[in-house]
Amino acid sequence: MFYREAGDFKTSYADDSQTFPIRFDRLRYYAVVAVAFGVIPFVINDYWANAVFVPFLIYAIAAIGLNILTGYCGQVSLGTGGFMAVGAYACYKLMTAFPEVSILIHVLLAGGITAMVGVLFGLPSLRIKGFYLAVATLAAQFFLVWLFNKVPWFYNYSASGQISAPERTILGHPVTGAATTASAKYLFCLVILFALAWLARNLTRGTVGRKWMAIRDMDIAAEIIGVNPLTTKLSAFAISSFYIGVAGALFFAVYLGAAEVGEAFGIQKSFLILFMIIIGGLGSIFGSFAGAAFMVLMPVLLKNILVGQFGWATDLAAHVELMIVGALIVIFLIAEPHGMAQLWRLAKEKLRLWPFPH
Amino acid sequence: MKDMTEGYTTADGRRIGPVLMEMKNITLRFGGVKAITDISFDIREGEIRAIIGPNGAGKSSMLNVISGFYVPQEGEVWFKGYRRGPMRPYQVARLGISRTFQNIALFDGMSVLDNIMTGRLTLMKSGLLNQALWWGRAEREETEHREKVEKIIDFLEIQAIRKTPVGRLPYGLKKRVELARALAAEPKLLLLDEPMAGMNVEEKEDMSRFILDVNDEFGTTIVLIEHDMGVVMDLSDRVVVMDYGKKIGDGTPDEVRSNPDVINAYLGVAHD
Amino acid sequence: MPDQLLYATEAALNGLMAGVLYSLVALGFVLIFKASGIFNYAQGVLALFAALTLVGFQNGQVPFAHLINAVFGTDLHHFGWQLPALVAIVLTAGVMVALAIVIERYVLKHLVNQPPIILFMATIGMAYFLEGFGDIMWGADIKKLDVGLPQGLNETIDAVTFEAFGYGFFIDNLDIVASVVAALLVISLTLFSQYSKQGRALRAVADDHQAALSVGISLRFIWVLVWSIAGFVALVAGIMWGSKSGVQFSLSLIALKALPVLMLGGFTSIPGAIVGGLIIGMGEKLFEFFIGPMIGGATENWFAYVLALLFLVFRPQGLFGEKIIERV
Repeated sequence: MFYREAGDFKTSYADDSQTFPIRFDRLRYYAVVAVAFGVIPFVINDYWANAVFVPFLIYAIAAIGLNILTGYCGQVSLGTGGFMAVGAYACYKLMTAFPEVSILIHVLLAGGITAMVGVLFGLPSLRIKGFYLAVATLAAQFFLVWLFNKVPWFYNYSASGQISAPERTILGHPVTGAATTASAKYLFCLVILFALAWLARNLTRGTVGRKWMAIRDMDIAAEIIGVNPLTTKLSAFAISSFYIGVAGALFFAVYLGAAEVGEAFGIQKSFLILFMIIIGGLGSIFGSFAGAAFMVLMPVLLKNILVGQFGWATDLAAHVELMIVGALIVIFLIAEPHGMAQLWRLAKEKLRLWPFPH
Repeated sequence: MKDMTEGYTTADGRRIGPVLMEMKNITLRFGGVKAITDISFDIREGEIRAIIGPNGAGKSSMLNVISGFYVPQEGEVWFKGYRRGPMRPYQVARLGISRTFQNIALFDGMSVLDNIMTGRLTLMKSGLLNQALWWGRAEREETEHREKVEKIIDFLEIQAIRKTPVGRLPYGLKKRVELARALAAEPKLLLLDEPMAGMNVEEKEDMSRFILDVNDEFGTTIVLIEHDMGVVMDLSDRVVVMDYGKKIGDGTPDEVRSNPDVINAYLGVAHD
Repeated sequence: MPDQLLYATEAALNGLMAGVLYSLVALGFVLIFKASGIFNYAQGVLALFAALTLVGFQNGQVPFAHLINAVFGTDLHHFGWQLPALVAIVLTAGVMVALAIVIERYVLKHLVNQPPIILFMATIGMAYFLEGFGDIMWGADIKKLDVGLPQGLNETIDAVTFEAFGYGFFIDNLDIVASVVAALLVISLTLFSQYSKQGRALRAVADDHQAALSVGISLRFIWVLVWSIAGFVALVAGIMWGSKSGVQFSLSLIALKALPVLMLGGFTSIPGAIVGGLIIGMGEKLFEFFIGPMIGGATENWFAYVLALLFLVFRPQGLFGEKIIERV
């Protein structure tokens, strides 16, 4: 009834290849953006920012990054936590070494440094494939965490071995440090996420995206039709790592404020982001958002119900959460390998015909 | 350099040009096994050249050598009058050689349209930053190439399925999409590995028509491997016959048909 | 012999012993990979789960006590008996078989014909599930595992080496037992797969699923079989590791070391798993001994992975794998 594409004709190829070809989708997208920028910043409080919105925004960036590498280019990585750590430590070193430069530039530079590290660890992907590569990325994970733990230069020789973010401001408002307001944190992450998601969408719908997907679907055939596997895979590693590095920098500087590498960026983080894109949808930007939202909301919800309502011990609730996450991964892989994004797509196809399915 | 000026006109009035590609004494080994032994032949511009032979004769390996996927241990490959050095397959593709595969090698996760667009990757030039911002050249290029691709879609009569994911298509259509992807690259030389395998008579007729049309309208040189003798004899200008990795015959369909070695190989007379 | 060399030799020997344990876990991987093409990430958690279950049975813990207490407000924890080690081991083996059946039934059966990387990710999901399940069933506290294996310094070796070099090597009895058990396990598995009817079927399945099906081998039975064997191997590994350093979550992470072992040895080769394990075990101890002090120590965390990574770049098929010819 309300979801119609009849009468929505395309008269040019540019119209046909836009992100939201159906007008209803487009309107809804504008509405979401309007609420995200125009309403939430004015009503958000500390609890909602710290428990839900800020982690969601940051994880969404990381999930888009990993989705570019894994979902679009088909290279499974278990090193996400390590790459986030690179972003975090790069940002920390930049923040402390050049206090007068804008934090925004530091965050982007941290992404750039992570991209270079990502390319370095992406080099073996030319020789090794599939889960061999997945295991090889574990090398990045363990090595990087060890490196940031053992080399005092990275944490400025602080006694605790931790890094903590000094206060930095944008347009006079603090976005890192203790004095930051909930809406400043939220807006800072939102702006970066919005820009990066838009860039990712553009990359994945054009030539680069097709190259990545060609390598993912059949690398040998892709090479024979003219895709250079070296530059294609490395570009995926670089761009993916850039996103993950930015996410790591924000996670440390804006969300945590202070971090210890093993705790904040351990292998569990790698799996968390991987689960986000499996549940959300491999090869889908929307899926990255959905997966990040799901993995952020579910523990909050479980905790509220199990601990808050039933009065269970927190460790018991945590174990239940592990089981649920594990089971969900298996169920999604069995029932819908394309995740929530595909479920959403199917629902839309149904809605298009509703209420007259024939 | 070889003399490239020669050429002739076929009985049905098509112009066959000078030599486009020449294989000289190609030998290909896998470990100790010889897949191809000392084979030489040439491919002329504008012709349809068939490679036939029993199973395991080394036909597909030969095609893989031409497309650069296998690098022969011995022999030379000459293309457009120059000797081709050792190249990666994607570099060969950029020279203007594209192909289809015996077991369909489409990108299953993408739509028909995107699959065919990948065929044009070698012709696209906009940079990463350009595309990230979807501005200027990237957008213009996308539209231009889309127009070209739509022409091929029209030509192969697959308009109705352009937004369908290829994973969902039936076999015959997949073969056609694969041909479309190869054509999208606007190749000088088109390699078809058993384009009609597993098709019914009607589908074979369609495919034959497309192959002839491609050759006729775009002047594309075609090398094809095919088992159906009727099709091969009808379509091709010249035929190379292989058996056990060796060349046992080379010439027009009529010449090959009367070649005693070829008859032996096909009728299963004992090898000596 | 100079002292430095003596210490290095001792480190190498201890590394070899640790390597045996890596090999043991790697063996479980190889079995499952050969029979089903699944790269089973959950193998480490399987070992943890087996060890938890074993301890639980031995001490007469009430399964799910934590959960039951939380839901019904009861205060259960122990049945109040102690089972003999052997009985507990047999019971645990039974649980592992049951687990294999459940996994085949509810997971594997539904994932036939999926690309390997999907199967791999599914086993990561399984690992998470099992970890949560094991913790809920038996509690997450660190447990002591003691099935009566000899532990501590082997005095004979200490005495003999002291006699010979003036320096007594410290070799743990448990490591010696582990090596013997691992060797026995490998021999019996090899015999099983070479000479028994099920073993032949297993090799047939490993070679070609379709062909094996068409000669009447039940794929599902074979899968239950290999997962049971893998569960048993995990149990053995769990006992060895649990006795050494207690039953805790990190056990499943140590088991991850089996992955680089496999990359080194090749995924389909049982001897590869053994040799790979020994190389990694010895390599990381020697690296820590010689290079570790210079760069801050704790290199065991990553050495195995980086070694495997570098090795793979130069020889993608592993030590014992065959050269891969790519086709289109």
